[in-house]
Amino acid sequence: MRARTIRGLWGVLAIVIALVWVFPVYWMVNSSLLPNVTLQSFIPTFVPFGGSLTNFSAALADGEFYGALGMSVSITLIAVFFCILFAFLGAVAISRFRFRGRKSFVIAVLVVQMLPAEGLFIAQYKMVASAHLLDSVIGVSIIYIAAVVPFTIWMLRGFVAGVPADLEEAAMVDGLSRFGAFMRITFPLLAPGLVASGVYAFLQAWNEFTVALVLLPSESAQTLPLWLRGFVQASATRETDWGQVMAASTLVAVPVIVFFLIVQGRLTSGLVSGAVKG
Amino acid sequence: MTATVDRRRSNRAPYLLLIPAVGILLIGMGYPLLWQIVTSMQEYGLQQQFGKAAPFVFLDNYVELASKPAFWAVVAKSIAFCLLTAGITLGVGVLLALLMNAVAKAPRIILQISLLLAWSMPVVAAMTVWIWLFDRRRGAVNYLLDLIPGVDMNRFNWLETPATFFVVASIIVIWMSVPFVAFSTFAGLTQVSDEVLEAAQLDGATPRQRFFGIILPMIKPVIAIVFLLQIIWDLRVFTQITMLQDAGSKSSEFDLLGTYIYKLGTKSQDFGMASAVSILVLAITILLSWFYIRSLLKEDEK
Repeated sequence: MRARTIRGLWGVLAIVIALVWVFPVYWMVNSSLLPNVTLQSFIPTFVPFGGSLTNFSAALADGEFYGALGMSVSITLIAVFFCILFAFLGAVAISRFRFRGRKSFVIAVLVVQMLPAEGLFIAQYKMVASAHLLDSVIGVSIIYIAAVVPFTIWMLRGFVAGVPADLEEAAMVDGLSRFGAFMRITFPLLAPGLVASGVYAFLQAWNEFTVALVLLPSESAQTLPLWLRGFVQASATRETDWGQVMAASTLVAVPVIVFFLIVQGRLTSGLVSGAVKG
Repeated sequence: MTATVDRRRSNRAPYLLLIPAVGILLIGMGYPLLWQIVTSMQEYGLQQQFGKAAPFVFLDNYVELASKPAFWAVVAKSIAFCLLTAGITLGVGVLLALLMNAVAKAPRIILQISLLLAWSMPVVAAMTVWIWLFDRRRGAVNYLLDLIPGVDMNRFNWLETPATFFVVASIIVIWMSVPFVAFSTFAGLTQVSDEVLEAAQLDGATPRQRFFGIILPMIKPVIAIVFLLQIIWDLRVFTQITMLQDAGSKSSEFDLLGTYIYKLGTKSQDFGMASAVSILVLAITILLSWFYIRSLLKEDEK
């Protein structure tokens, strides 16, 4: 009984922390629904009774939104796909093989992971400009894949190493080919790792700001973060209309949140079940 | 775990598997880095961008930088900010992971969804909300603090002085980074075998002994990687500082290394100097985290 009570108290603490942590996100949605007149009051309105979607239509009426959305979707899809593919192959190489140059590669991965993007943007701009890829999906995608692949290799390396090669061997003894054994035994056990890496790559590409700012100079080739910043700046030239700005922020954040709620179950159950125990 | 080496496979296989990763890294990172190292030793200003040849000045850019007190002030501030923020992030993240592990399913899912929501917020969107929360006149933070008896935060401008400016920056960075630490650590915790823990309990191990003897050694590699990444990310906070400066002041007192480089590159158009600072940032980063790289490599060799 006593143990249950303590567990319950921890549960209450967890919920309180959850509420504090989510408050800024709630505040964004709350403010986005309230008219500017209400937001101008010195006493905050904590629940959006009588709220409306007017701020959203105002933000969507901004002509650049849909172009930015298309740009963000294309770049993110390309980056996630190639990042997972390249990192998966790399992770298999370094966790399943010992070969000459392996250590150098591992060190290189760790060092590259540390290169500050803000310190490389001038060089990346020069390179992409000379390849005539400024304002293009390809130019940004290349930089994103290169930036995310090192950490993804690290992440997947742990997952690949966690799947015992003995399992594969056993399947081969039972008559599967090496490739078949890998696809039927190891690959499903790696699914949680691949999902986690995919989520990571998605977040990085969707939210990235600095590289996009430098490599997409033209207004017609903005990603959503660039669009949002432009929208905020445009609003700040007048007295900031926080309702519209929060609606714009919500629009940028919503695809991410939806994606997360879909993946969340798989992410946690995948991580919880733990490939090692299988 | 990593002893699952298979010597019967072809020797070429690992190299073939690495081609795509190595290729993209050489294009996206290797070439720009090389260009940057060369440029950091050249006089590369506005004229060079319009085609004038860049004279090679060897280490002059670095010498000039080392003689600037403003540069050293930025370095000191950045390191202090980075270590404090990364340390607090790690502590809070690990505690939240242990909490997730200790509670029933419902509170755990609620906490996880809350953290996922915070984690999923695009930096630019998150910054916009936090600036609104800390708004001096109508922000919710000042309003709530003002409700505490004896505290007068009415119209307190958080972004006015560097000290409170960086406190706000740190709070925002911690808020955004903790979910990653918590989820990674939690994933590590779930890899700890229940059977082993139960066996230890049957053998009379106290909860304390089970934590330090079994759980902690199991999650140590995860924690090491996560802390290394936090240090790297917190040293190069750029978007957060830039957007806080948008809302506050662009004065150099509020600069960390990221914005310092950016201003050097965009305002003064001095790519040679900007490259030199970038190379130094890289060196500082490696110095700060070399201990961890070494322990990770040892972990990898086991």
